[in-house]
Amino acid sequence: MSGPPAALALAGRGEEETFLTLTVAGQPCALPVLAVRDVLAAQAITRIPLAPAEVAGSLNLRGRIVTAIDLRRRLGLPSRLPGEPAAMSVVVEHQGELYSLLADAVGEVIPLPREGFAPNPPTLDPLWREISRGVHREDGRLLVVLEVERVLAIG
Amino acid sequence: MDDLLADFLTETNEGLIALDAALLRLERTPDDRPTLSEIFRLVHTIKGTCGFLGLARLEKVAHAAENVLGRYREGTLAVTPDGISLILRALDCIKAIVAGLEAGGAEPPGDDGALIAALDAAAEGGEAGAAAPMPPAAEAPGPAPPSVASPEANPAPGAALPEDAAPPPPGGPGAAAPQTIRVSVEVLEDLMTLVSELVLTRNQLLQLARATGDSALTVPLQRLSHITSDLQEGVMKTRMQPIGNAWAKLPRLVRDLGLELGKKIVLETRGAETELDRQVLELIRDPLTHMVRNSADHGIESPEERRAAGKPETGRILLNACHEGGQIVLEIGDDGRGLSVERIRAKALAQGLATEAELAQMSEREVLRFIFRPGFSTAGQVTAVSGRGVGMDVVKTNVERIGGTIDLRSREGRGTTFTIKIPLTLAIVSALIVEAAGERFAIPQIGVVELVRVGGAGGGDGATEGQAPRVERIKEAPVLRLRDRLLPLVSLAELLRLDRPGVEEASEGAGDAAEEGFVVVTQIGAHVFGIIVDRVFDTEEIVVKPVAPILRHVTMFSGNTILGDGSVIMILDPNGIARATGVARDDAGEEIAGGGAAADHAGPGATALRSEARTAVLLFRAGGEETPKAVPLGLVARLEDIPRERIERSGGMPVVQYRGQLMPLVPLGTEGWAPEAAGSGGRQAVLVFNDRDRAMGLMVDEILDVVEAPLRIERGAAERPGFLGSTVLQGRVTDVIDTAWWLRQAGEDWFAAPAGGEPGRGAARILLVEDSAFFRHLVVPALSAAGYAVTAVESAPQALKLREAGAAFEAIVSDIEMPEMDGLAFARAVREGGGDWAALPMIALTSRADPADAERGRAAGFTDYVGKYDREALLASLRDCLAPPVALG
Repeated sequence: MSGPPAALALAGRGEEETFLTLTVAGQPCALPVLAVRDVLAAQAITRIPLAPAEVAGSLNLRGRIVTAIDLRRRLGLPSRLPGEPAAMSVVVEHQGELYSLLADAVGEVIPLPREGFAPNPPTLDPLWREISRGVHREDGRLLVVLEVERVLAIG
Repeated sequence: MDDLLADFLTETNEGLIALDAALLRLERTPDDRPTLSEIFRLVHTIKGTCGFLGLARLEKVAHAAENVLGRYREGTLAVTPDGISLILRALDCIKAIVAGLEAGGAEPPGDDGALIAALDAAAEGGEAGAAAPMPPAAEAPGPAPPSVASPEANPAPGAALPEDAAPPPPGGPGAAAPQTIRVSVEVLEDLMTLVSELVLTRNQLLQLARATGDSALTVPLQRLSHITSDLQEGVMKTRMQPIGNAWAKLPRLVRDLGLELGKKIVLETRGAETELDRQVLELIRDPLTHMVRNSADHGIESPEERRAAGKPETGRILLNACHEGGQIVLEIGDDGRGLSVERIRAKALAQGLATEAELAQMSEREVLRFIFRPGFSTAGQVTAVSGRGVGMDVVKTNVERIGGTIDLRSREGRGTTFTIKIPLTLAIVSALIVEAAGERFAIPQIGVVELVRVGGAGGGDGATEGQAPRVERIKEAPVLRLRDRLLPLVSLAELLRLDRPGVEEASEGAGDAAEEGFVVVTQIGAHVFGIIVDRVFDTEEIVVKPVAPILRHVTMFSGNTILGDGSVIMILDPNGIARATGVARDDAGEEIAGGGAAADHAGPGATALRSEARTAVLLFRAGGEETPKAVPLGLVARLEDIPRERIERSGGMPVVQYRGQLMPLVPLGTEGWAPEAAGSGGRQAVLVFNDRDRAMGLMVDEILDVVEAPLRIERGAAERPGFLGSTVLQGRVTDVIDTAWWLRQAGEDWFAAPAGGEPGRGAARILLVEDSAFFRHLVVPALSAAGYAVTAVESAPQALKLREAGAAFEAIVSDIEMPEMDGLAFARAVREGGGDWAALPMIALTSRADPADAERGRAAGFTDYVGKYDREALLASLRDCLAPPVALG
């Protein structure tokens, strides 16, 4: 269930939209909860040689093969160090295929009011601007709202 | 009950259900062509199948119904409710007979004369007046007047039957119901997912039990483990079937057809064990049957015709199945009369499928493809077997429905071969699980020829008996000497750019020290190469799943899968590997030579030849000269290192006993070979050239390297026999040897045909178009020796000038890659140019073995496509092309 295009949903629906928050190398991010299929603890991931750098590998989700995207790499953040805890998988579906977005921590499902929503600041890293649909202010922290479709536009 | 019969009943019952619905639809919309076609096909299939099962009664009824439907489809008879009623009555009759079959295992006795007469009358009635098909029907049949007298009455469908066929049905279909049930693939897919899940859970449990050491759990867990494995295997099996299952009916079909048609036909099958996904198998079964039937009916000639054509009386139909390059390839070939392009053209024109101008533009292959159009049949007369134009379009529709392709090759008088390719996505394959740099991969076993353990340290020089062979390196390129054969190797870890954990230091030094592991010897088409891996585990049946779309560009993998232990693993695509590394072009030699060798007289001042194609070239030193020598690697069969004391003399020539034969040795150099060197011990490097069972060795001083580079040959100032010229390789001037010249030094008969090989085809004149001097040097003597009169030109325009000058030939052999005008353009020019040349057989010489290239060649007008080094194939092809034309039926 990929849901309606997120921007439309945001504009068309009432006051708030529900998001799943996650942390990528210390950066708080959010995904529209409707796009999320599953959240998994650390999984065994098979590397895929010659794949784009953002592809961490593939994993087995109840008999389906899921391609894992390393959000740190995708966002141009420093790679995970050997000592750090393994990443969590946030499974999303895109055009009938399952992908797992690797995040360091998964927070909670929260409704975000539209008032707190701001477009990407023009000074934002172009890479980020490309995959984020905006920024949300919440309790003194800034959440980067990721657009699943654009996160997966690799290659 | 007979398996065949059971299958037939299942199929027919399904068909009948579909027919009922379709007929009613047709009644509402009489102009609905697709529905009409569908109905026609369904009835045709029923009729066709029962003919082979000896169900005469059914066949007669179905055939009569088909006749009427055929008229509907042609549009020569209008669809009327009365007509539909009549067809429905025929269906009811068929149903009753089928019910009887199911109950009793045999056709119930009965007379369908009245119904058949009505149907026939309806079919003929169309000619008199399409609007009134029924009245004649009422008059025609005598036997059962009461029921047929009121054809308007719809409740009459069973009228002709009850007295005959009614008794069996009460017996109930239950008695002999088929032993199988059909399960949707979705259900199987779900089961598969669940089983994978179960396997994972089992594995976790096993691990837990091991950790806690609770012995009470051990026994039940083991049991669970076994059951899980069995269950997994069982579920896997439910989806897979050897294609032989779909063939099971065919031998009988062919036999019966042979009897019926008065022909002698044998059916050969190969690759019956090739496993197909059940769904694919179901969908391919009917097309296969159709095609075999077509081959027997239209392809194979009668014994008399065959004898007259100089062929064995018994015709052959060959069914071949294999996995190839991630696909299942099915071939259905016969050695019959082939398709007549002319006849297809005429028919296409007559049916208005194309205009004369369009047809003139079409290549032979495009014309042949008309047979895949609905309603197209070249059979002169309609027989009970086929020839109604149903079949090939059904075949194509079915194949394409599962994402496959179908193509055909046909040569008039020599037979037709259909090639069906079905994607592998649904299939399960057996794969070898290997490890490189700590990562596991699956290699489909289809391409694996053998596994060789390669040793590390110690090998010493050469592989002595009983010791694991060693990976050697020529410059950087790893090779393996395997039973006298030089096998190019690809390191999987390097290819996939995997970091080897912990071997940095080792790889610092000479890479050869660390090569310990296995070589997976793999064959792709004619190319054999080895993949170096660290470990080999086991073989496992795997379900190939396509990779995610964002990974599609990584051509090294054909898919991925989940292993029994739950881990995801990538499936290597040997084709992709071969392409990525250039191994598949070990005819690289051909490419050089084809692409870039020198022409002797390439026009004023033009001495350097173009060649963008890169070619694998073997560099060596010989004759005591410092200047390196070069030869295309593709020409060299093997590299040998022979102890000098084994070299003997015979007839003044050095020879060596080699593989049970005497192999002449030719010293490459000016001063010849000094016999005294034999006594001096040491070893002699020899390049072995092979030709059928003959071998010849070229003695050189030292093998230097194998390089891949574009080869631009320039004529040296001083022409030397035995050398084509020189080129610059690795920054050094290098002499390129003229292999053909050296081969001749080994004895006059090198290019001679074997005794009795080419009986008196002396007069045939061949035109050779080849820009590469190197190849002209190889091909001209080979053809001359085979008794042909060869004229060689360097370019297509020169050849066309000969045409203008009125030169006559019996066949043309042409290179494809040439400057100015390539072979394809040349072929088109010849075909379109008219005159005597337009109909000449044209054989393409190519370094590309790719079937797509071959198809392009055929489309351009080439009669045949032959690999550049394949002298045998060229001679065989010439024999074929020049054989006396075969009488056509």
